[in-house]
Amino acid sequence: MTGSPPAIEAVDVSRTYQLDGVSVEALRGVSLVVQPGDHVALVGPSGSGKSTLMHLLGGLDRPTGGRLVIGGRDVNALSPPEMATLRNETIGFVFQAFHLLPRTSAVENVALPLVYRGVPARQRRERAAAMLGRVGLGHRLDHRPNQMSGGEQQRVAIARALVTEPTVLLADEPTGNLDSVTGAAVLELLERLNAESGVALVMVTHDQEVAARARRRITMRDGVVVADSATDDDATHLHDRPLSVDHGRPATLVPAPSAEPRSVSGSGPGHPSGGSGGAAGATGRLPHPPVNDRGTGDAGVVTGDGSGS
Amino acid sequence: MRVAEAWRVALDALRANRLRSALTMLGVIIGVASVVLLVAIGTGTKQKVEQQVEGLGSNLLLVVPGRIEVGTAPVVSPLTLKDVDAVTRVVGDPDRVAVTIASGATARAGARSDFTTVQGVLETTPAVFTRSLVRGRYLTGTDVDTSRRVAVLGDSVARALFPDRDPLGQQVTLAGVRFRVIGVFAPLGQSLGVDRDDEVHVPVTAAQRLWGTQRVDGIAVKAPDRERIDELGERIVAELNRRHPDTEFSAVTQQQILGVLGDILGVLTGVLAAIAGISLLVGGVGVSNIMLVSVRERTREIGLRKAVGARPRDIGVQFLLEAVLLTTIGGLTGMALGVGTALLVDALSPIPAAITWWSLALAFGVSAAVGIVFGVVPAQRAGRLDPVVALRAE
Ligand SMILES: Nc1ncnc2c1ncn2[C@@H]1O[C@H](COP(=O)(O)OP(=O)(O)OP(=O)(O)O)[C@@H](O)[C@H]1O
Ligand SMILES: [Mg+2]
Repeated sequence: MTGSPPAIEAVDVSRTYQLDGVSVEALRGVSLVVQPGDHVALVGPSGSGKSTLMHLLGGLDRPTGGRLVIGGRDVNALSPPEMATLRNETIGFVFQAFHLLPRTSAVENVALPLVYRGVPARQRRERAAAMLGRVGLGHRLDHRPNQMSGGEQQRVAIARALVTEPTVLLADEPTGNLDSVTGAAVLELLERLNAESGVALVMVTHDQEVAARARRRITMRDGVVVADSATDDDATHLHDRPLSVDHGRPATLVPAPSAEPRSVSGSGPGHPSGGSGGAAGATGRLPHPPVNDRGTGDAGVVTGDGSGS
Repeated sequence: MRVAEAWRVALDALRANRLRSALTMLGVIIGVASVVLLVAIGTGTKQKVEQQVEGLGSNLLLVVPGRIEVGTAPVVSPLTLKDVDAVTRVVGDPDRVAVTIASGATARAGARSDFTTVQGVLETTPAVFTRSLVRGRYLTGTDVDTSRRVAVLGDSVARALFPDRDPLGQQVTLAGVRFRVIGVFAPLGQSLGVDRDDEVHVPVTAAQRLWGTQRVDGIAVKAPDRERIDELGERIVAELNRRHPDTEFSAVTQQQILGVLGDILGVLTGVLAAIAGISLLVGGVGVSNIMLVSVRERTREIGLRKAVGARPRDIGVQFLLEAVLLTTIGGLTGMALGVGTALLVDALSPIPAAITWWSLALAFGVSAAVGIVFGVVPAQRAGRLDPVVALRAE
């Protein structure tokens, strides 16, 4: 272990909905740990409980059973306002439907979480603008959602999720409303940000290719985790994960390789095929991928190669 | 920061639904405007009545048979000029005592006629009540002592009978008897819908002869000072009771009259304002309704705000502010409308209206309170929304 505490820890978590007197067990005892800097793909058939789990991991919802610790805090002990603060400080959400405020500029949308953190207006704008720059929208600051493409809107949403510098970024089918080319660009952005800033990325996807690129893959079925590449195939990965490898990125282009204790659960083979893609990713520009089924090496950063499969 | 955001969002929400906001405000506008207008009319009427009662002259004591109370039957006066002499002895100064005997009568001059009030009075009237003339002279002691048939006309009587002639020295016929005009009063205007210039003053002795009576209706005394006015009243009443054991007498001061009138007008104003206040309540219900709609419409926005860290209170404050903005903007508009209408009414109609600061402050306070009261339920509902459910809303 790297010694840093887990970002999120779920122990035997369950979530039961009451629907007209009938109990629906959406989650039936899920245990998992999200480490800082993790890159997790959450997969599973429709209705298996992925979104339900994401809501719990992000503190939007509370488990009906089990123990859930987010950022070192047990959510069962938190009041609604404390939960709100916890979300604000440790979690960034990216939704399938973007959920941008209409009639509100990109920079104000991105600044919104900072409002609830009490950051002064000037600073808010500066930080939001900088974050928009990092997602390649430095030229769209004052555009409104209805003046932007779907891909641009989702990048605004990603900037909003990251402007608070959270420890975990939760993305529930972030490309679900996008065409494949735009979707691929958004995915690449998410992966790059995960690699660059060390924010843990947990992403629900139905795309096997995408899932394969994640360092870790969690498969759900009927409200339980049926496979977790971090624990399943080789327990040693958990314990002696190699610290981050140098991927050939020119150091000068990496703004802050700060939180580098990323866990690399992928085993060797898929490792960086070249610095070229990586360099592009690290400059803060959005690389335009030709297609969405890029080779694993194209991400240019730590790449899980689907070793878990 | 959070409050500033709440303001910004609330204003933005109102702006985004201009027509809806305006219609919602309309209820509050009408309510506040009618409260302001009705209170202004009530206050204006009260002030005017006060002015007029005070304009009667200061330290006035009115002595009449019977009680001055609402609901008591009028009493036939047993008073005669002998009683007036007795009262004068109590007062000690004949210049401070006035009498009246009044009756409606038709006044004629040539082909013109006017139904008016003929008042039989002493020469002391202009000193006791504050009255002034524009033409000629008033009655003298000699006029009274000799029952001379001379008359002083009120402004409207003079206009009615002598529209294009100088009335001085002209003849008027009162109840069939000819009088000579010796003076004309300065105009006084209206009071409570009564034309105060529609009167003719003649010597009390001439009036008694005209109507074949020895009575006088009432006695007015101008007290030397305010401090002893009540005591003087008691002494006069005691003297009259001694002379007429079978009749009750009352001596009332201007303060007492003002008190009674003020109470009546105050109650009237309060009732009117309360009726107008009901429309304000109805406006408040409209606000509540529209706020619930607003919360429903923006459920996803609420979910998103919560997801990024808004606490229940932040959301609640945002919607409460929206409701309060609706009612206070409506309230201010209603105040402007009410003040404008009141000024118009005061200027263009005989109804007086006076704006008081307290009524404006009250109207504003009430409209803000309406916003809080009727906004709190929708705001709480918004604040308590489950973020997951809210985000999934259509
Ligand atoms: N609010 C709710 N009330 C009742 N049942 C619910 C509720 N939300 C989810 N469920 C049920 O819980 C189960 C898991 O739902 P969830 O949305 O987590 O699935 P999912 O894996 O995200 O599916 P998808 O891939 O289609 O998004 C489903 O059976 C669903 O019907
Ligand atoms: Mg889902």
